[in-house]
Amino acid sequence: MEKQSVNASEESAWTRIFHSNWFVYVLISPLFLVLFAYVVYPFYQTFIQSFAGDEAFFHYKKFFDIASPANLEALWTSVYISIISVICCAIVGVTMAFLLERYNFPGRRILSILVLVPMALPPLVGVLSFSFLYGDSGIFPRIFQHLFGLDHVPFSLKGIWGVIVVHTFTMYTYFYLTASAAIKGLDPALEEAATSLGAGRIRVWTKVILPMLTPSIVASSLLVFMISMASYTAPLMFGVERTMTMQIYLSRTNGNLEMAATQSMILSFVSITFLIIMRWYQNRRNYQNLSKGISVHRSEVTSKKIKIVATISSFIGTLILLLPILVLLLISFSVDGAWKTQILPTDYTMDHYIALFTDERTWRPIWNSIQMGVVATIGNIIFGVAAAYAMVRLNFKGKTLLDILIMVPWALPGTVVAVNLIAAFSTESIFSFNQVLIGTFWILPLAYFIRHLPLVFRSTSASLVQLDQSIEEASRGLGANWWYTFRRIVVPLTFTGILAGTLLALVQSFGEFVASILIYSTSTIPLSVAIFQKLYAFKFGTACAYGVLQICLILVVLIISEKLSKGSAGTAI
Amino acid sequence: MRSVRIENVSKQFGQVYGVNDLNLEIKAGEFFTFLGPSGCGKTTTLRMIAGFYYPTKGKILFDDRDVTRLQPNKRNIGMVFQNYALFPHMTVDENIAFGLQVRKFSKSEIMHKVDRIRGQVHLAAYGNRKINELSGGQQQRVALARALVIEPDILLLDEPLSNLDAKLREETRIEIKRIQSELGVTTIYVTHDQMEAMAMSDRIMVMENGYIKQIGTPQEIYNQPVDRFVANFIGETNLIEGTIQAINSEDVQVRTVNGHMITGRKQQSSPAVTHMIGDKVFISIRPESIHLGAGDNTLTGKITFVEFTGISVNYIVDFTAFSLKVMIINSYDQIKKIGDDITINIAHDSLYFLGE
Repeated sequence: MEKQSVNASEESAWTRIFHSNWFVYVLISPLFLVLFAYVVYPFYQTFIQSFAGDEAFFHYKKFFDIASPANLEALWTSVYISIISVICCAIVGVTMAFLLERYNFPGRRILSILVLVPMALPPLVGVLSFSFLYGDSGIFPRIFQHLFGLDHVPFSLKGIWGVIVVHTFTMYTYFYLTASAAIKGLDPALEEAATSLGAGRIRVWTKVILPMLTPSIVASSLLVFMISMASYTAPLMFGVERTMTMQIYLSRTNGNLEMAATQSMILSFVSITFLIIMRWYQNRRNYQNLSKGISVHRSEVTSKKIKIVATISSFIGTLILLLPILVLLLISFSVDGAWKTQILPTDYTMDHYIALFTDERTWRPIWNSIQMGVVATIGNIIFGVAAAYAMVRLNFKGKTLLDILIMVPWALPGTVVAVNLIAAFSTESIFSFNQVLIGTFWILPLAYFIRHLPLVFRSTSASLVQLDQSIEEASRGLGANWWYTFRRIVVPLTFTGILAGTLLALVQSFGEFVASILIYSTSTIPLSVAIFQKLYAFKFGTACAYGVLQICLILVVLIISEKLSKGSAGTAI
Repeated sequence: MRSVRIENVSKQFGQVYGVNDLNLEIKAGEFFTFLGPSGCGKTTTLRMIAGFYYPTKGKILFDDRDVTRLQPNKRNIGMVFQNYALFPHMTVDENIAFGLQVRKFSKSEIMHKVDRIRGQVHLAAYGNRKINELSGGQQQRVALARALVIEPDILLLDEPLSNLDAKLREETRIEIKRIQSELGVTTIYVTHDQMEAMAMSDRIMVMENGYIKQIGTPQEIYNQPVDRFVANFIGETNLIEGTIQAINSEDVQVRTVNGHMITGRKQQSSPAVTHMIGDKVFISIRPESIHLGAGDNTLTGKITFVEFTGISVNYIVDFTAFSLKVMIINSYDQIKKIGDDITINIAHDSLYFLGE
């Protein structure tokens, strides 16, 4: 009896700690510490740096100075490119969604698979293949040159329009995915109802279908605008220097860090504003359409003429979608330096692929990227899953802050993340354990960790939200402690979500270019920077072989994710 | 098998009280039901006993052991959830074995125990099924088996039948009661269905807005409801307002608004009735205690509604100032029609007086 009472008082001492209102803050403090050290602090350092100088707002005044309008021009060009990109992506994406979801025509099946190919292209590799295909010395312009016996190529993809074409090709998928999901969810009965009430085809479109699609179109527009603003690779490759990201890059390479900081602050302001608008819009957006199990009826194309047109267009579409990958494959087998003014490379070899894995110098960047990607991804799993669990399951003040701190790096352009890290870690600080991180191995994994944390966080929290809390309670009730429950119930049931985010983060880290190019150290060059360097050394073959390797990896990940999502659909209740 | 004692327990959510100053003792082996409309605090109380909530104030004891702030996994409880909360990534056997694995039983012991309980809930052949291959009723029985196999000190059931269809609900009700009495485990059952509560429980606690209204056996609660809320919530009743006209040592005579005199027994009154002449009271008359023809408290009125259910004929009879629901057990007589006059009587013993 006495023993029991001793036990009881011991227990209550522990449980007092565990269940005091403050204990949850002990649990989440590491999360806040990490986010503070590697998101807030670098951002703050950039902020401070942008105000350096004798005169207050010196660099901001310079930025907005009408007399030397380079910066203002860059801001305008970025906005301009982004707006046009949104419009082009919207037209292509929504049209594709409609054609593929609502009509049946020859070639629909193959097209509906290939339509997502642009997602498999890492940004740098995508731009690369476009310049091989349509650039100044690209295959298509040369075909026309040879065909008509011209002195110069008759057309080529360059400048702002080059950037816009690449943006359209790589980003229309955002519109396509949301629009086709929305169209799938559209109850055909609504259209039938409108028709039965006497509405014609045009009225049905303008009054019923488009309004129902508006939420998804607005959400994609905001997203594409943000990504276009952050776009760096396309302007770099097409030589458009007057964009915000390029200006930051140039300021940094010219050593004008204060100006780079100022430009970063202004670009961050735009990006974060858009993040906030997007959040706000998503929260007020309501899903009116709750009908379940809709079978979408695809209209068969019957007219012969239209059938021929459809066949030809889907053939062209297929070609456009496949060419970037085909051209990469082709050039990856070409002998470096042998391709000059011919339409296609003349000499072919397997050497580049053999060299990838046998030559120490070409293998090194791959190995570097694997190491840095894995390190960053392990960090992403630990903190992404913990943050998601805290957000979904724990109750504490500062939830919104945590959410913002995790999502802000997602909205920030890679260029800005790099500038922030430079500002914070080119000197010793307590958060880098009194080390200078710039120039070491650790700076890139850190950048990847920050940039890709939202991926793991979001996919994990999405599957946690779906996990009924009473399942965890059932486990606790059966005597399992928190950790046992987490291992045997929470992790297995959210595994596909965690894995999907993790794989995505890993792949993105493996191909990351935008931040890498600004802060890589010469002793640990990542894969993407190596591609860029090979390109400028005219070693197209090796560059393309690297690119093909990246694409293969991404395809493997996409297939695994697809398999997983199907498998989980089978077992879910 | 343990008793549960709840002492001065309150639970606040922000400024709102989920449960207010609860005092309660549940005996070892008892089948005890928390009954009330949604939001009355019954689930909150259950979750405090389970340990998913901790009380803002007060104590919870299992036997003499204070468990107020003990974690749920240390309480040795078995809980069945409204949505069953089965682990979707495990088979039936893996679900049932979970609690035993936590308790580090040997493999052979686990197999033995799982087999036995699976037989008891009539799922002998279903051990390797996935949860999504089971029907609702089968899932329900897996949940029950999972809760019982750990031989819990207390079995907690949170509206376990509300997701089943009517027929299955009755079968499962009998099943739960059978298993519970076989094992003799202390059971706390939460429901808003008064029929279920009446049929299964040793004792019932009726709750409203976080307060206890009445604790008693099903009979006590049905026959001697403490107030109008309980009378209305448990079964159907007619409540007629009146003033006390005369009292003697045994009987009370009440005058209704339009002058009808109704007599009942003095002892058939809730504690709130003070038995002073001129006091306002409510008379609770169960529809099934009204009979046809003349007798005690004979009244004549006009039928305004007729309904034949098979077991009974239900009438609504108008007496100008009030109307009564009347339930006559089907005896193959002629059914009366709307507009017909009807004479009924209410036995003195079957009335119950309630305070304001």
